[in-house]
Amino acid sequence: MSYFWAFVVGGLICVIGQLLLDLTKLTPARILVAFVVSGVVLSAIGLWEPLVDFAGAGATVPIMGFGHTLAQGVEQEIAQHGFIGIFTGGLSACSGGVSASLIFGYIASLLTKSKSQS
Amino acid sequence: MDNKNYDELVKKFSPNSKILSNCLWAFFVGGSICTLGQLLTNIYMKNNFTISDAKLLSSVTLVGISAVLTALGWYRKIAKRAGAGTLVPITGFANAVVSPAIEFKSEGYITGVASKMFIIAGPVIVYGTVASVVYGVIYWLLGRF
Amino acid sequence: MYIKYKNMPAITQWASVVGKKESEGPLANFFGECCQDDYFGKETWEQAETEMQSRCIKQLLHKKKISTNDIKLFMGGDLCNQITSTAFAVRDFGFPFLGLYNACSTMAESIIISACMVDSGYAENSIAMASSHFCTAERQYRTPLDYGGKRTPTAQWTVTGCGSVLIEPVGKTAFIDAAQIGRVIDLGVTDTNNMGAAMAPAAADTIKNFLKNSNTKSDDYDLIVTGDLGAVGSGLLKELLEKENISLNNHFDCGLEIYSEEQNVQSGASGCGCSASVLTAKLLPEFEKEKLNNILFIATGALLSPSTSMQGESIPCIAHLVNIKSKKEVTK
Repeated sequence: MSYFWAFVVGGLICVIGQLLLDLTKLTPARILVAFVVSGVVLSAIGLWEPLVDFAGAGATVPIMGFGHTLAQGVEQEIAQHGFIGIFTGGLSACSGGVSASLIFGYIASLLTKSKSQS
Repeated sequence: MDNKNYDELVKKFSPNSKILSNCLWAFFVGGSICTLGQLLTNIYMKNNFTISDAKLLSSVTLVGISAVLTALGWYRKIAKRAGAGTLVPITGFANAVVSPAIEFKSEGYITGVASKMFIIAGPVIVYGTVASVVYGVIYWLLGRF
Repeated sequence: MYIKYKNMPAITQWASVVGKKESEGPLANFFGECCQDDYFGKETWEQAETEMQSRCIKQLLHKKKISTNDIKLFMGGDLCNQITSTAFAVRDFGFPFLGLYNACSTMAESIIISACMVDSGYAENSIAMASSHFCTAERQYRTPLDYGGKRTPTAQWTVTGCGSVLIEPVGKTAFIDAAQIGRVIDLGVTDTNNMGAAMAPAAADTIKNFLKNSNTKSDDYDLIVTGDLGAVGSGLLKELLEKENISLNNHFDCGLEIYSEEQNVQSGASGCGCSASVLTAKLLPEFEKEKLNNILFIATGALLSPSTSMQGESIPCIAHLVNIKSKKEVTK
């Protein structure tokens, strides 16, 4: 069942993105920024955690999940280290995903080169 | 003819996106990527990782898959149809980092690959971090009183 | 500005080179060279475009059987920043060079000025050339090639292609009778994925002014050829001209001819190489057979840069027109 709800919720979040692409003049970059910021906000007001409990990866894999990770990280770091957590919380929580992208990107650039499209 | 009249004329002559089929593609591809993420999380948890580590490893694995597909030139072929289905999941973030790294290799590893790597994904990190710091300040203040 | 050439300079030879996708399209058999490798055997996309242009120049010289030293002047450009591809290609030939840029209208611009130089007697001959490469354009104006994104239905596909012509005072097949230098027109279109819509008013303005200045009607011509308006821009052009009581029954858009529908290019093709390669591969040979005798060739260009569109500016556009006639039409 966890797979079913991950599929449906994750798919629906992507549909929201698609509707924004098709119906507004927002560019993909702006939509991603809007999604990550809304992930932080929805997590802050306590709406995202229940969705994660319900849909699992359906709520964590979309870029809003990235915002959720940032918000959670800030909460945890502030709880443990106080004021300094405001600065360290977000980036340390998302460091895994960002580092992975960076490293894989670097390796990919070593191994391959730009390809034409058809 | 003034700009406003012409704008209306342009709208009349420009075909609209096929919203229904676009949304179906986005739903099925996006949903599938999330399901794969769930599958990976479950596999890592079965191998005795804690739930938070399993989630992180699942994300890293998705990023890795996306990097391989991008390097092979397949990610954009899927994205050509899937639209937001490949844009919104974390794989889209990875694609946004890996593709400029490959593209700007011709300008060198320092001035090309490294400096252009976050040309598309950078704003996500910047605004995500800004939002988290703003939230952090509020959260910290709320904790004080 | 309307130009009526006094001595009708001639287009005496032409050449074209295209990439892989173009060689899978309906015009495949007409191009001088179809290269299956979009890198043209080089390391970077910019080098590839330079190599494509270089091959196009060599093809032209070979077809005309003249040597590099016999070329008195070269004019042309491309879409790369600072038109480097063209400058780099010309570097190896040693031609006197005027680099021109009017985005995708560069081919018509080059022909007009080359014809002026030849007509006035300042130059014994001149090459006019324009080129574009999908990959150099994409990485400069849009996103990395491996970035996954969905193209909007109004988007156009930049042609990987190059076309060149040799202009001389005397010739046998095609003659440049008149030209209209266009004005920069901007009706406020900001969508960089809808270039056809941005450029259509410029084309309409240039055609209208030319017909008025030359005192001719649209039906006097075998074809009215536009460069790269695509499906959206072509529809808008017809509509705009109809409002001026000009009917467009013989319209031909290069951007709608170079790819087939199955090739998934949304609204059609674009790029300097689009009009340049279709003119040199498909249209000029028809003058040889006298199947075409009198055409208007209107190349349209969108004069934007990534910086101006990020700053929210609209897209100023331009269109230049060349009237090309056959021997039969000229001697009539």
